[in-house]
Amino acid sequence: MTAPPVRAAALTRLLAGTPVLARVDLTVAAGELVVLLGPNGAGKTTLLRVLAGLLRPSGGELLLFGVDVRRGADAVRGRLGYVGHESACYPDLSGAENLAFYAALFAVPDARARVDELLAWAGLGAVARRAVRTYSRGMQQRLALARALLHRPALLLLDEPFSGLDPTGAERLAARLAALRAAGCALLLTTHDLARTAPLATRTVVLHRGRIAWQGAGDAAAIAAAYRAAVGDGD
Amino acid sequence: MRAALTILRKDLRIEWRTKESLSSFVVLGVLLLVVFTVAHDPTPAEAPALAPAVLWVTFVFTGILGIQRGFLLEREHDCLAGLLTAPVDPAAIYAGKLAANLILLGVLQAIVVPLIGLLFHVELGAVLPGLVLVLLLGTLGFAALATLFAAVAVRVRAREVMLPLLLLPLLVPVLVGGVKATQGVLAGGLAGAADALGVLVAFDVIFATAGWLLFPYVVRD
Repeated sequence: MTAPPVRAAALTRLLAGTPVLARVDLTVAAGELVVLLGPNGAGKTTLLRVLAGLLRPSGGELLLFGVDVRRGADAVRGRLGYVGHESACYPDLSGAENLAFYAALFAVPDARARVDELLAWAGLGAVARRAVRTYSRGMQQRLALARALLHRPALLLLDEPFSGLDPTGAERLAARLAALRAAGCALLLTTHDLARTAPLATRTVVLHRGRIAWQGAGDAAAIAAAYRAAVGDGD
Repeated sequence: MRAALTILRKDLRIEWRTKESLSSFVVLGVLLLVVFTVAHDPTPAEAPALAPAVLWVTFVFTGILGIQRGFLLEREHDCLAGLLTAPVDPAAIYAGKLAANLILLGVLQAIVVPLIGLLFHVELGAVLPGLVLVLLLGTLGFAALATLFAAVAVRVRAREVMLPLLLLPLLVPVLVGGVKATQGVLAGGLAGAADALGVLVAFDVIFATAGWLLFPYVVRD
């Protein structure tokens, strides 16, 4: 049996002595799309950054693809894709140059064709040679998503991926996420847009004050009710 | 090595396009040299004695700006997260950034050294090979340490102040070694600079090894 892409047990992250994540237990299996909900400051971004290897866990255990990140994070990094609040693309390079740069770092085979394919998917083919500095917020978000997909990751961590996207871009992303899930990719994404993500999700996890307050499946109305019960006013 | 070269090419491409580090090098470097010249107003006889100290002070203060810029580049749009989530040894990121800094500092020296010769009446032609060796060794030590500390400083709030504060005390051996070695080379060639060159080599090895080993720990939160 293959190890799940994410298995966290009692995962804790302290910030200046305060637990931002407090003993979080979370497993994400291949082919699952898990949506993380929670009020501002609940620890959603911190959890994604710990899973992406950008923050070290302060306690607990974290296995990615069965590998303990404290000992072998380098071995699994090539299998995960991450999109944070910012694009991680260099503003003075063009969209195509940014993707080519990351394709080289990830040793993507047939990189040029893959870059062109993803630029076309992101609707950025016409502006591929323009500096990213000139892109709108939505265009930068689409470029960031293309960057994260370059190396066909088996685990995709997305922090509010729909933010900044216009309706067409959001639909295109939703279709891509559904296709990735169907292909066996594990996805974990944060959002405040329940209506958009509930139909895609196999499971929703509500994080509150660094702890998992609720998890389950259902339609948007059921999840919204569970969210209100778990979080209250969200303070 | 492949990742380090990729990062080096990316940094040089951005610098070629923006000229941000180079323009600050030229403006600050020339300004410092002019200030030193006017402040000391040295006679042609005493000017060469001042040249080594002026050269290294100008080089270090100007170089700090450029090296800091190299990491601010990674902070903008959280590009560092892009590098750190790639399957790349953080030591390769260090090597790529260090190589880019060495090239930019080499360009800085190509501007500053002839100006020193001109303003401080130093005949550079005969001593140039020895001087190039001293500059290479001094630059390596400086860049190795500054690249490491720039990665630390870029993550704190008072980063513009923090880099010089962290860096300058530890740079003293390289600065002293560089000044002494330059004095020796200008006075009588490489033979006169042997001891100082030994100091530079020792600190190059220490700082480059420390940077290589410690960078993976300082670059992540």
